[in-house]
Amino acid sequence: MRREKEKDYLYITLHTELPYRYSAGRYMSRFLTTLRDEARILASRCTHCGTVLVPPRVVCGNCFAEMEEFVEVGPRGTLKTFSVINFPFIDPFTGVQRPVPYGYAIVQLDGCDNGLPHFLDEIDVHKLRIGLRVEAVFKPQDEREGAMTDILHFRVIGD
Amino acid sequence: MPKRVAIIGSGQTDHTSRRADVNIPELIKEAVDRALVDAELTIDDIDAVVIGNMEHFEGINLSDMWASEGSGAVMKPAMKIATGGTTGASVAACAYYHCASGLFDRVLAIGWEKLSESDTTTGIITAFDPIVERLTLAGAVGGLAIEANLYMTSYGITQEQVAKAAVMARKNAQRNPHAHLKLDLTVEQVLNSPMIAYPIHYLDMCPTSDGACAVIFASEDVARKSANPPAWVKAAVCRHNHPYIGDVDWRKSTLESAAIEAYRLAGITHPRRELDVIELYDPASFALLSWIESLHICGPGEGGKMIDTGAITMEGDIPVNPSGGVISTNPIGATALIRVAEAALQIQGKAGARQVEGVRTALATGFGGSYWSEVFILGRAS
Ligand SMILES: [Zn+2]
Repeated sequence: MRREKEKDYLYITLHTELPYRYSAGRYMSRFLTTLRDEARILASRCTHCGTVLVPPRVVCGNCFAEMEEFVEVGPRGTLKTFSVINFPFIDPFTGVQRPVPYGYAIVQLDGCDNGLPHFLDEIDVHKLRIGLRVEAVFKPQDEREGAMTDILHFRVIGD
Repeated sequence: MPKRVAIIGSGQTDHTSRRADVNIPELIKEAVDRALVDAELTIDDIDAVVIGNMEHFEGINLSDMWASEGSGAVMKPAMKIATGGTTGASVAACAYYHCASGLFDRVLAIGWEKLSESDTTTGIITAFDPIVERLTLAGAVGGLAIEANLYMTSYGITQEQVAKAAVMARKNAQRNPHAHLKLDLTVEQVLNSPMIAYPIHYLDMCPTSDGACAVIFASEDVARKSANPPAWVKAAVCRHNHPYIGDVDWRKSTLESAAIEAYRLAGITHPRRELDVIELYDPASFALLSWIESLHICGPGEGGKMIDTGAITMEGDIPVNPSGGVISTNPIGATALIRVAEAALQIQGKAGARQVEGVRTALATGFGGSYWSEVFILGRAS
C-alpha cells in the first residue's frame, strides 16, 4: 500500500493480484486444441437455423437450440470492420501497458456468419478498408499453446 | 395491470474528473440529498433503494453494502444492479418495476462511479470473455471505433459531420451546471485532436468522470400528490445482445428493437414529430448521428444531415442532449440514469438554462455491454 496526499486528502494505492482459472468447457477446448494441433479454425453450426458461429458455443443465441455440429471456417475471410488503436491503457492480461499502435479487426471468416476479433498486421489506415480480404497467420507449431494467440494476426491479402 | 409510475425528483453531483474530497458513500450521499430536497421528501419517505455501478472500476463488489449509509438503505429493502454502461438505466427500470408492481410507493434509484480510481479501459476489458476477446479489445474506445468505422463507411458520413456533433454537445454542456466538460470547441480542434482509435479522435470520445445521480420514482397515487410535476414513465424497454463483439450485427441494433417496442407502448407513431427532446447515451460523437437513425428520428444514413441542418441542436426541431450528453459527462454507473433524470427535468420544466420549451414527451437511452440498449419514454400526461 502506498499513500499520497493531495491538499488535505489522502490516496491509498492498492495493487490487487487475483488469480483466476477459467474452464474453457467442451466447445472452447475443442476450438483451442484444434488451433494448437492443426492450425485450423472451428465454428459451430446451429441444427435449427443453420447459423455458423465462431468461436463454437453450445447454444445458438438466435433460437436457443443446441449447436451440435462443428465446421471448419477460414483461414481466409473479409474485413468486416477495423480500427487502429493508438491510445495507451493497462492490459488486464499482462498488468502493463498494451503495445500501441495495433490494428484491430473483426474478420468475417469464409463459411462463417459472425466475425472474429483479432490483430491486423497493418496499422496504416490508408491501406485498410472494409471488405478487404485477409488471412490468418498462425504461430509455428512448436510455439502454439491452445490460445487465441496461436493466431498471430490477420494479414491483408488484397481485394 | 402495472400501476402507473412517475419520476418525482432527482439530484446529481457536479460531475468532474476527480473528487478527492469525498469517498464513495460521501459522493453518493450528495446526489441522494439533492434528490430528496428536490422532491421535498426525507429518507424516511423512501420505501426501497436500487443502486448500481460497475464493480471493476473501483474494485468493490458490493456497493449496496459499502454505500448503504450514503444511499440511505440501512434497514430498508435494497439491491444492486450492474449492467455495464446501461447500469443507470437498469437501475431506473428496476425502480420503475418496484413501483409498478404495487409493492412499493417511493423508490430511490442511484447510479454512481468514481472512474478516477482506476484505469477505465482496463476495467471495461474485464467485462469481456477472457479467452477470446480480452486479447485484442481496447475497451469501449476500440469497440465503438469499429462501429463508427462501419457506420461512416456505409453511409459516407464525414469526420467533419461527426466533429460537428462533438462541438454541439460540449456547447450544450455549457448550460448544464452538473456537466464535466463545458468546452468551447471548433470542428478544427476536434479534427486536430489525437486519433485515439480510428476514426475516433480524442475530442470525439466521452471523458471519465466522478459523479453520482439519484432519481425518485413513485407509484401513481403518491406521484399525483408530489411537490414536483410528475414525469410519467410511458415505456421502459431493455434489449440485450449476443455475447461476443464479433457476433454483433449492427444492422439489427438493440437500440432500434427497444425503440420500436417503446414507441408501441407509448403509442408513438411519428417519433420525430411526437418526441420533443432526446437524452441519448452518446459514448462517442458518431453515436449522436448513427443512433438517432436507430431511434427512427431520420432514415438510415441521414444522421449527417441532422447535424448539418441543425435539426438536433438546441434550436432544432428535435434537440438531442441539451445536457451535453455522455461525451460531456461520464461517471459510467450514473451515466444512463443521468439521461433519465435529464429527460424527467425536461418534462418537469426544471432544466434551467438547458430547458427545451414545451416538452411533453422525452426519450432517454442507455448503452452498454455487447452493444445492448435501454429506452425510456417519459411524458407530462399520465
Ligand atoms: Zn439457431
